[in-house]
Amino acid sequence: MQYALYVVRRLLTLVPVLLGITFVVFLLLKLIPGDPAVTLLGVHATPASVAELHRQMGLDKPLYQQYLSFLGHALQGNLGVSYQYRGVSVSSLVFGNLAPTLWLIVVGMFFAIVITVPLAMISANKPGSATDGAVRAIPLIGIGLPSFWVGVMLILLLGLKVKILPVSGFGDGFTGHVQHIILPALTIALAQLPILIRSLRASMLEVLVSDYIVTAKAKGLSRSRVMFGHALRNAGVASVTVLGVNLAYLIGSTVAVEKVFALNGVGFEMYNAILGRDLPVVQAITLIFAVLVVMVNLLTDLAHAALDPRVRLG
Amino acid sequence: MTTLPAPLPTFDASTIRKRSGERNITLYAGLTLFALIVLAAVFAPLLTSADPLQQNLLQARLAPGSPGHLLGTDDLGRDVLSRILYGARVDLRVGVLAVVTPLVIGSILGLLCGWWGRWFDTIVMRLVDIVVAFPFYVLVIALVFALGQGTKSIYIAISAVGWVAYCRIVRGQVLVAKEQEYALAARASGLPTWRILLRHLLPNVILQAIVYAMSDIVLSILAIVTLSYLGLGVAPPSPEWGSMIAEGQNSLLTQWYLATIPGLCVVVVGLALALIADGLVNQFNKR
Repeated sequence: MQYALYVVRRLLTLVPVLLGITFVVFLLLKLIPGDPAVTLLGVHATPASVAELHRQMGLDKPLYQQYLSFLGHALQGNLGVSYQYRGVSVSSLVFGNLAPTLWLIVVGMFFAIVITVPLAMISANKPGSATDGAVRAIPLIGIGLPSFWVGVMLILLLGLKVKILPVSGFGDGFTGHVQHIILPALTIALAQLPILIRSLRASMLEVLVSDYIVTAKAKGLSRSRVMFGHALRNAGVASVTVLGVNLAYLIGSTVAVEKVFALNGVGFEMYNAILGRDLPVVQAITLIFAVLVVMVNLLTDLAHAALDPRVRLG
Repeated sequence: MTTLPAPLPTFDASTIRKRSGERNITLYAGLTLFALIVLAAVFAPLLTSADPLQQNLLQARLAPGSPGHLLGTDDLGRDVLSRILYGARVDLRVGVLAVVTPLVIGSILGLLCGWWGRWFDTIVMRLVDIVVAFPFYVLVIALVFALGQGTKSIYIAISAVGWVAYCRIVRGQVLVAKEQEYALAARASGLPTWRILLRHLLPNVILQAIVYAMSDIVLSILAIVTLSYLGLGVAPPSPEWGSMIAEGQNSLLTQWYLATIPGLCVVVVGLALALIADGLVNQFNKR
């Protein structure tokens, strides 16, 4: 019951955020210098044809009406028509490319967790040791790592020098997809490591001095049992939020990483749209990425509240 | 709710390792490294005589270590070392300057939100929620796309997104600080609000924002490099690390160093600023 109330409260906070997001995306059109109708028709267009296009695009109406009609169309899944590919609807263009991006995000997150947990555990197990020092150097070196450059380096080392993995495209069939997603996902995971290792190590150190860990040790439980069975469970709960925030960051880096690997996902589509000055597609992708982040944050908060009763009481 | 990704922690117990009186090696190492990088960028003309834009097809694709070209030449025969050094000028300048506006605007808004609260705080915090809903790179890319390629657009885009982090940090600090005795005393003695905010609260709450600014510079350099890699940043043929990586990627098999060196430069700048941020945290915790 209490949890249901929390869920309802949390869902209500989505309304202003989603309205704000759509408004920012709508405003992108207004930021562009010059008249979009002139851009579409070319500089030699007659004033009459420009005015006609204005009417078609709704640009002759007041700003709030333009926004409401944008919002109304967006809610019906109508995100406009591509400038670049005349007549192709933006939603078909974007949703058709969603699969590789979702693969990339999920597998990338999986790699990030698989690499982070053991490193943070080893590091927190003996603070101040040489291993700990080595693990703590990772964030220092890793903070300035451009994710796309990591991708280029992985292509160089694992794709071209040692030819064990494909370096571009999404492949065919399930096995093809898996093979093609490894390097891009690893790229995205490596770029996330600095933040994840730091946060999990810090919360492990915090948890390890708490009373219940002392009790667990006093009971004579084995070191690994205390670390994994008791400490990680609590430190992990705290890290769920960090993970959620990072996922937002990770989603943002897919644009450049998909370009590196020519992976035909939404991010690569955004890159193509930028090259083609295709505003409706850029708008739609910005909107979809933001909605994705909002959904991830929602799930993170709901998971956090389910795992930790203190959250929903607060 | 959510917090912004902080690439470096601000104040956590695990970073306290210096006893008071001990030299802050981390801070000095970071400052020295950063100073060396800045000096190399400023005195680029003295360090290399080669023109970063000068093409010479007869001398194209020389390997690093060739006479006259310490780091070799690219596909068009331009000297890589000089492009790296002149590129540092662009990336460092834009990276540092892009952080100034968000630091100032975000801190002021954070001060006012924490102090006033009420409707002002509610409105600003709703704005914050909206900005953080966008993935950082996606919003910056979309804004630069709309505003048009170039450094001016980069400044505007990073400012429009970046103030949020400072606003949250300073607001949180003010909420704690305004209940402390010195703030209550300043209020009780009837000082004007602006004076309490600027002279009493600001010096106490700004430290954490400045520590964050160090990692934020790295973030904004990463943003510029990424934008240039995607063709939205600094226009070619100006030397810039991100576009150098993009050009180098085309000849990865034959000249691996063309894409590798600029990336390493970004990593070293990141390392220097991370050390400074860590050192600052140590310094403040010592007091």
